[in-house]
Amino acid sequence: MSLLMKNFDIRIDNVPHLNNVSLEFKRGKLYTILGRTLSGKTTLLRTIAGLQTPEKGELILHGKDFMGLPVWKRGVAMVYQQFINYPHLSVLANVTFPLKRAHVPNSEAKKRAREVLAKVGLSQLEKRRPRTLSGGQQQRVALARALVKRSDILLLDEPLVNLDYKLREQLREEFLNIFQGQNDAIVIYTTTEPGEAIQLGHELIVMDEGAVIQQGDPLAVFNAPSTIRCAEIINDPPMNILQGSIGGGELNLRGKVTFPVPDHLKGLSDDAYIFGLQAADLYTGGDIPGKVELSEISGSQTILHMQGSIGSFIVYVPGVHHHPIGSTVEIGVDKKRIYAFSVDGELMCPPTATSGQGR
Amino acid sequence: MAKIELSNIAHTYEPTVENPVYALKKLNMVWEDGGTYALLGPSGCGKTTMLNIISGLVRPSHGQVLFDGVNFTEYSTPARNIAQVFQFPVIYTLMTVEENLDFPLKCRRVPEKERKKRVREVAELLNLSDKLKRSARKLAADEKQLISLGRGLVRSDVSALLLDEPLTVIDPQLKFEIRRKLKTINERYGLTMVYVTHDQNEAMSFADTIVVMNNGEVVQAGTPQELYEKPETTYVGYFIGSPSMNFIKCNFDQGRLQTAGGSIPLPSSVCLPEEKTTLKLGIRPRFVSFADPGSDGALKGRIEMVQEFGNYRIATVRIEEDIIRLKLPPGTEVPADDAWISFPENKICLYANDVLVNGNR
Repeated sequence: MSLLMKNFDIRIDNVPHLNNVSLEFKRGKLYTILGRTLSGKTTLLRTIAGLQTPEKGELILHGKDFMGLPVWKRGVAMVYQQFINYPHLSVLANVTFPLKRAHVPNSEAKKRAREVLAKVGLSQLEKRRPRTLSGGQQQRVALARALVKRSDILLLDEPLVNLDYKLREQLREEFLNIFQGQNDAIVIYTTTEPGEAIQLGHELIVMDEGAVIQQGDPLAVFNAPSTIRCAEIINDPPMNILQGSIGGGELNLRGKVTFPVPDHLKGLSDDAYIFGLQAADLYTGGDIPGKVELSEISGSQTILHMQGSIGSFIVYVPGVHHHPIGSTVEIGVDKKRIYAFSVDGELMCPPTATSGQGR
Repeated sequence: MAKIELSNIAHTYEPTVENPVYALKKLNMVWEDGGTYALLGPSGCGKTTMLNIISGLVRPSHGQVLFDGVNFTEYSTPARNIAQVFQFPVIYTLMTVEENLDFPLKCRRVPEKERKKRVREVAELLNLSDKLKRSARKLAADEKQLISLGRGLVRSDVSALLLDEPLTVIDPQLKFEIRRKLKTINERYGLTMVYVTHDQNEAMSFADTIVVMNNGEVVQAGTPQELYEKPETTYVGYFIGSPSMNFIKCNFDQGRLQTAGGSIPLPSSVCLPEEKTTLKLGIRPRFVSFADPGSDGALKGRIEMVQEFGNYRIATVRIEEDIIRLKLPPGTEVPADDAWISFPENKICLYANDVLVNGNR
């Protein structure tokens, strides 16, 4: 079974939201759609659910036209950013609700609901009202209601975005197990966070300004983004983008730093290029001096925003370190990890070595 | 600009009830002039209550709020000269960007020349200069939030800037930019900033001092490095760092720490605990690595899961009831099924009754 989208166009108030999008979704796979706000992710899900009608395009499920079907006949389940539950019903009644509407006998409905509640870790709370639960628990109720329908298509629109940081971390891990059981369904999951998209997806779809700009195995896309734009979207912290050139066996960064062309880039002709370097592939303790403009500490890493002879750049250092603003730090470049893009932003040559940093 | 002190502050939202629940239990806090602070904790921990007590939106049930040593507890919010930015942008939709920024100054009858100067300065700082004549309601969410921030900054008489989860509506990449601007503002104006968030990354990136709260109490206040390297309680170890600190149940017996997966020598930084006390060994995921089977000091467990994040991968190992996560460089090989793990002795934090009993070096 597969769901086919062909040449989708959607304009809202004359602004294009989807621009000639064609995609195929297969049963038993989880697709993560990664894109920044307003990239068209939500519009895409709403169109599949039948909440939005495209100007142009075909939607075909299992060889049959899907577009003509109204929302309630599509058998699609959707989980939203906001925690949407029936406030007057208990947790159990919230989950049996869609089954009752489908005339599933009461005992069967309860049995199925309890199975799903166990799966999302809410068995102990089935008598409670949603409003008495924490945000994470409320979102689990919404997820259980979506799962209990055993829909062919399960859509999740940034379901973790409104949760506490720690809950996000926990649910992301649980999702891996929960979705593993959905072998009969197509699961489509949108997010703005690269890590989440890579961790959850069997297949990754990168969207930008209403268009699909790359699609494939999540790690393959991360390791070889086809354009600079894609590299920007899939790297957090952002990838360092540096103008430069190759000539006479030397690689030159922003006209300031020169070194012999690393092996993996030796096939490139002498020309101007744009070089990309992941923040984790710059390290402290090299020979390029830079001034710290801002030092950000995330849980287990320090991210240095720096200014140096090669312009501004970002360095990702494992561990928590204090670097005062304005202090000088010597930076090195892991030359084996340089990405080469054409001046038009197309990937010419990705690195072949794996990153030695990132801890 | 001012030093702000909370002296014996406590607060309950149900003062008429017998034995009320305290949203904020009795505490003392000092916010130094020009410092950057983050109030970090889960929903309901009391962080917003504390912020609102500083700004005067909430009058505390007990204790005093002092600005530069003067008791301001009974003063209203306007009298305190506090600027506050909320979770969602608060803008005047019928005004232009410029009128929005100018409004707080106009209300305070600041001379026009001075107003123009301040608005121009703040607009420049926030990269809003070319949008001054635009209608505020037509801007994107993050630009609207910059306007909210700008309205707090135009006044030169502000004692402190309080930010209540101000980046909730902002894209991750733009968060970088806004945080960078906040830091610049702190540097340039020396403005005391208190930033409320449930997101440890935001807190650690923004503040010099992090105040971790849970259940209406301050559990630890310190620099990001202190919280990361020496969490004083298992709660802080869990809450700070991503993934959380690993905890392995153990007891001290025959001169070694005994766990379900094997034993290790007692770290030299620990004073001898009483034999058979139940302890928890804490270790950060980035300090755990795979070891040769059966090697000395290695613990045996089973691989549960491997997660790929692009920049790194996380392997999950189970030792009976304890889950241990390893944060590994991309491409690191993970054994199948049985796995032996080890970690450097000097990275171990040891907890008795969930309180740190060693100073790891």
